[in-house]
Amino acid sequence: MENKTHISSYESHGRVLISLLLLTMLSVLVTWMEFGVFTIAVALTVASVKAFIVLTWFMHLKFESNFIRWMVAGVFVLFTLVLIITFIDYFFR
Amino acid sequence: MTQTANHAHPTDNEGGKMGMWIFLFTELFLFGGLFLVYAVFRAKYSDDFHKAAYELDALIGTLNTVILLVSSMTVAMSITAIQKGSKKLAIKLLLTTIFLAIVFMVNKYFEWHHKFDIKVYPGSEVLQNLERGELLFFGLYYMMTGLHALHVIIGMILLVICIFKIKSGHIISNRYLLLENSGLYWHLVDLIWIFLFPLLYLLT
Amino acid sequence: MSKNEKYSHESYLEYQGKYKGIWGWLFSTDHKRIGLLYLYSIAFFFVVAAILGLLIRIELIAPGPTIMDAQTYNGLFTVHGIIMIFIVVIPGLGAVFGNFFLPIMIGAKDVAFPRLNLLSWYIFILGAILAVASQFAGGGAPDTGWTFYVPYSSTSSTNVIFALTAAFILGFSSILTGINFIVTIHRLRAPGMGWFKMPLFPWSLYATAWIQVLATPIVGITLLMVIAERVLQIGFFDPALGGDPLLFQHLFWIYSHPAVYIMILPAMGVVTEIFPTFSQKPVFGYGAIVISSIAIAAVGYFVWGHHMFTTGISYWSRWFFSFLTFIVAIPSAIKVFNWISTMYGGSIDLKTPLLYAISFIFLFMIGGFTGLTLGALATNVHLHDTSFVVAHFHYIIFGGMGFAFFAGIHYWYPKMYGRMYNIKLANIAWGVLFTGFNVLYFPLFIIGIQGMPRRYFDYLEQFHTGHFISTIGAIILIIGIFMMLFNLIYYRHRGAVAPSNPWKGVTLEWQIESPPTHENFEEIPEIKTPPYLFKKES
Repeated sequence: MENKTHISSYESHGRVLISLLLLTMLSVLVTWMEFGVFTIAVALTVASVKAFIVLTWFMHLKFESNFIRWMVAGVFVLFTLVLIITFIDYFFR
Repeated sequence: MTQTANHAHPTDNEGGKMGMWIFLFTELFLFGGLFLVYAVFRAKYSDDFHKAAYELDALIGTLNTVILLVSSMTVAMSITAIQKGSKKLAIKLLLTTIFLAIVFMVNKYFEWHHKFDIKVYPGSEVLQNLERGELLFFGLYYMMTGLHALHVIIGMILLVICIFKIKSGHIISNRYLLLENSGLYWHLVDLIWIFLFPLLYLLT
Repeated sequence: MSKNEKYSHESYLEYQGKYKGIWGWLFSTDHKRIGLLYLYSIAFFFVVAAILGLLIRIELIAPGPTIMDAQTYNGLFTVHGIIMIFIVVIPGLGAVFGNFFLPIMIGAKDVAFPRLNLLSWYIFILGAILAVASQFAGGGAPDTGWTFYVPYSSTSSTNVIFALTAAFILGFSSILTGINFIVTIHRLRAPGMGWFKMPLFPWSLYATAWIQVLATPIVGITLLMVIAERVLQIGFFDPALGGDPLLFQHLFWIYSHPAVYIMILPAMGVVTEIFPTFSQKPVFGYGAIVISSIAIAAVGYFVWGHHMFTTGISYWSRWFFSFLTFIVAIPSAIKVFNWISTMYGGSIDLKTPLLYAISFIFLFMIGGFTGLTLGALATNVHLHDTSFVVAHFHYIIFGGMGFAFFAGIHYWYPKMYGRMYNIKLANIAWGVLFTGFNVLYFPLFIIGIQGMPRRYFDYLEQFHTGHFISTIGAIILIIGIFMMLFNLIYYRHRGAVAPSNPWKGVTLEWQIESPPTHENFEEIPEIKTPPYLFKKES
């Protein structure tokens, strides 16, 4: 392995966990507060932030090659596109 | 994904990791298909979905979320431990992860068991008499959490293999691709749960 | 062949690894041997499914029952479809020529994950066996058509679950191959071979591999959902349970339309190798071909809805899918112009591979143009589910992918086996094949426009002539296929010893011995020039 391998410290993993737990609390609280139609949007936004954190630090994307980073981003974009295109049908039917 | 027995590049870590990532993409799309189905039916039956989600125990859901998040951290830490050369700590952290995974599965078992007790399972009469949207919600619930649980089990097997490989000295501080890839797989399990949790449990 | 003084080294065919004899093949992680394992298994299934196809045609030679009853007929066209699509056409070029030549063409000794490569062959065989078993076990051959449309596939009493599982497993094998190729291309290119010095067949495999990886899981989960519907009564697609049958079609085509590009892109890659070699001219517009491959892969991912124009999807949806379908025609046409321009002014050597490649263009053009007819919203309503569609996709899949496969096998045969087939016989077989193909499928366009529905067991008297001619074509086609197979099999050991570069090709596979040694290259070559540089002959 090349010597530029990044070793994350135990503390940084701990910090990541704490932020994830806080976000989980936030999303649970949000559902109690009843935002109506926005509940799902808020819940999904929080989930996306959490996913981003897991991908970046736990899954080490921050320290990976650009290619892998772009591909991960691309996969999420692709899935969103598929979702939108399917809904072109369901919304206007 | 862990096989890098190429003559030209005996240990191509970068390639091995890239292969794993691409494999994870396919996993994401496997669940993606289910998320698509979820989105379509949620748009169509949003009231029923709310009602049905009420039946799920948000507490167990939250608990399982916390468990998976902590287990994700312990896996990440075990990689740090291996990189720093402390075999014992790495094994301990992996054992913790597996323990947490078992707790997750036990929770899941009780959750499902409870549902079966009140006769809410695919094809049951109780379910057939519910609103169509609620029926679909439970169908999705079983399919998504079931497929997820299957991934938890696969992840556990991978981590057990890692423990043995650490013990036998196949995974060491400068060669830990298998552990890294198993870790990635475990994080994927977590990642999917991060989306499943609000979509299934927090709709009430 | 080792007795032959010409070869200084042991070829991969006689290399003795850890295991001997047949085990040396079944446990070999050599990409070339795995390529041949795929070749033999795919060729076997191709012949089986071709014979099923012939039986379908014979049944249709006259109105009314001819040689079988309607249920058998339904089973036949379903299994013909499943075998041809999932076992022959989708893996076909990638698994055979991709495995064999991708590492050689980029100057590598093997693929990135050799053991995974062998594993995907075993998974492939498992899926193939299941697909064949679905014929015999339980409630009879599946009769849903290869598309497994619900609601029929969730209620049919035949063996649908077997077939669904088979398709799922075959998809998994295809994903593993895709992962392997992507990583191989990223990591194992020879020193100096930048992305744009890579030959075009690997490029097409790269685009294909991404679709394999990103589309196949969707069909996997869809098939699982149908199984869940049959076994667990989770009715995502059952209107009685609140589900939506159209959702199945969306999910199914999200994979199965890109699958068409999984079939055709490597086919385009193969002929792109053949044109420069037999014109002794660099390929015209290298960059345009690369970009059009990627464009086809990218846009092709988003056109799935054009299979659903008559199902009642929304107006805007139809508009969108039709528009994108027309967009895909642009990169496809760019490729055709590139191939023709490559030949223009070259010193053309009209050997068998080039004959197949040129007929590929011809057939692909017919298939492509009729594709536009089907992609247009208005004409689609008239032509949907007629034999026009059958003719269209056979022109693309068989005329395109099939002929490219034949082109490839005639092009690389001397490299793979170190022997030369009989070129005269190969040319005659090509003539028979090409004639039979057009006689078989062209009448289907005409009776399709006149209103002959596809998949029907019986038909009105007015379609008799068309069906009759078509069946004659099928018989000619089968004769052609067997002539070709005979030629390739007979001369495998009896043919003249082939030199290492019989066609004066310039890509890397022609710089090594025929057949290649176990490790392909004694020394990994260093690439300094772009591909397809031909030396001017004085």
